[in-house]
Amino acid sequence: MKQAATLARPTSSNVPVLRIGAHLILLFGAIIMVLPFLWIIATSLKPPPEVIAFPPTFIPKEPTFNNFVEVFQRAPFPRFFLNSLIVSTIATVSVVFTSTLAGYVFAKYQFPGRNLLFLLVLATAMVPFETYMIPLYLEMKQVSLINTYPALVAPELIMSFGIFLMRQTIIASLPDELLDAARIDGASEWRIFRQIVIPLMSSAMGALAIFAFLSSWGAFIWPLLITSSRDLWTMELGLGMFQFRFTVDYGPIAAGSLISLLPILLVFLVLRRNIIRGITLTGLKG
Amino acid sequence: MDVLKPQASIQERWSDALAHRFHINRFQLSKLLFVYLSLLPILALFAFLRLVPITSSFQLSFFQSNLINPANKFIGLDNFQELLQDKLFILAIRNTTLFAIAGVLFSILIALGLAVLLAKRSRLGGLYETIYFLPVITPWVAVSVIWKWIYDPSYGLLNYILSWFGIKPIGWLIDPNIALIAVIILAVWKSIGYNMIILLVGIRDIPEVYYEAAQLDGANGWGLFRYITLPLLRPILLFVAIVSTINAYNVFTPVYIMTTGSQGAQGNAVRTLVFDIYENAFRYFKWGYASAEAVSLFLIVLLLTIIQFRLGRSSESV
Repeated sequence: MKQAATLARPTSSNVPVLRIGAHLILLFGAIIMVLPFLWIIATSLKPPPEVIAFPPTFIPKEPTFNNFVEVFQRAPFPRFFLNSLIVSTIATVSVVFTSTLAGYVFAKYQFPGRNLLFLLVLATAMVPFETYMIPLYLEMKQVSLINTYPALVAPELIMSFGIFLMRQTIIASLPDELLDAARIDGASEWRIFRQIVIPLMSSAMGALAIFAFLSSWGAFIWPLLITSSRDLWTMELGLGMFQFRFTVDYGPIAAGSLISLLPILLVFLVLRRNIIRGITLTGLKG
Repeated sequence: MDVLKPQASIQERWSDALAHRFHINRFQLSKLLFVYLSLLPILALFAFLRLVPITSSFQLSFFQSNLINPANKFIGLDNFQELLQDKLFILAIRNTTLFAIAGVLFSILIALGLAVLLAKRSRLGGLYETIYFLPVITPWVAVSVIWKWIYDPSYGLLNYILSWFGIKPIGWLIDPNIALIAVIILAVWKSIGYNMIILLVGIRDIPEVYYEAAQLDGANGWGLFRYITLPLLRPILLFVAIVSTINAYNVFTPVYIMTTGSQGAQGNAVRTLVFDIYENAFRYFKWGYASAEAVSLFLIVLLLTIIQFRLGRSSESV
């Protein structure tokens, strides 16, 4: 039905010449979108003289994996990778759990202070991190957590927007009757949450998980502020810092960039439908 | 099952007593207990990681700092007064505003065009959506590193491609007059996909009958776009514009990556607000002063959010 319904759109689709024109424009745009990625892949496979050859070559004449070996020798990328993985995993689990629990409580329970607390959560969702990173840093300093894993992951542990999202989803899709029936059967509130809410909300939780993972993986300014020893650097920070040391020598840093992108691209290509849909939905509601 | 147990456990007796005290039944009590026990740790995290820092940011902006004590001396609005005279701050505001307006404008215009072209579902549509979304999903550090290389004046891809059209090499990041444009181009490239997908959803949600009615009235391609698509898309266009502007005001990572290092932009050509905050706080330890800047950023974002709510409401009532 959608298919037929879109026929009359002003997409020039009814005139063949214009349709080809439309496809050419889309194709041209698509090339611009992927060209930087192809370029960095090509660069990562080139030996040093070819990296700075002019005119540049699009397909390496003598492809080599040396850059990948070299970047591992010159920078502890496995460590950065592991740090990112640890931080992002903890952040994701925490965001999904706290958002689902708080979202459920705000959606399905009446209690004094509910509206005020929810408003407070919603209000913080609109405040950009950059506006309160200074006091947060000073707070971490006071509790002596500078340059530690807990401080590195702390700001990513909760997501105001996640609570909002889960609350909306639960209001829209979890009937009260189901919960009441479980109560009559004698299930405790906690057990209802564990055995009814979590399984029924798993797809929304999955969408939120992707979102939380991507956002904590991409974090840059907080790791930059809070870490002083290289052992704690995440992939993003490590890449950002090491690029200064590979100035004209772009092959290894191209390899490093690719390695840093790998998990993100993998997640994206496998789950691209969910991600695109999830981000548009959350974006529209944000 | 527990209800049928003959002897009440200690917990149950306890909760009965509590319930009696507050004149509610045991069901309601267990609900309330669940609510507060589960919210407590989450809200404590909220207080520690969001509410306290946000309020301290305001507080700190009224203080002068020294190396030991961030809140050394209360100086009222002096920090803000100093900001108005601070050439670097004014430059940062100017750069950030230019970056936000130009970046958002171009990104949305291009995204709108692409969304219209993609509105009709086709076999390749999904592929295009994926490709255009690729830069959106890629973290800022990696794309900044990649583009820094593309912008390289001697070996970069961009100058090479421009040389096909007889354009002389441009010092994208080195020339202070062009560096900001270079960062804007990167931001546009990265955000087109996001805007395009949201606008695409909006266009596809427009009921078909409007187009059919307009076509009966003799409207064609441009007319349909001008009088049906554009007005009905207005609320979403506004939403996308304001959310993107807020995001743009917080730009930091590409500026940091592209300005530092030997092939980076010189001096203050691309100094933005968050970069200025970062330097004042974490290089010069002027915590109070930097907090006053952060409060200014907060106020800008607040203003944009209020505009969004207002416009959102008025366009709903139309």
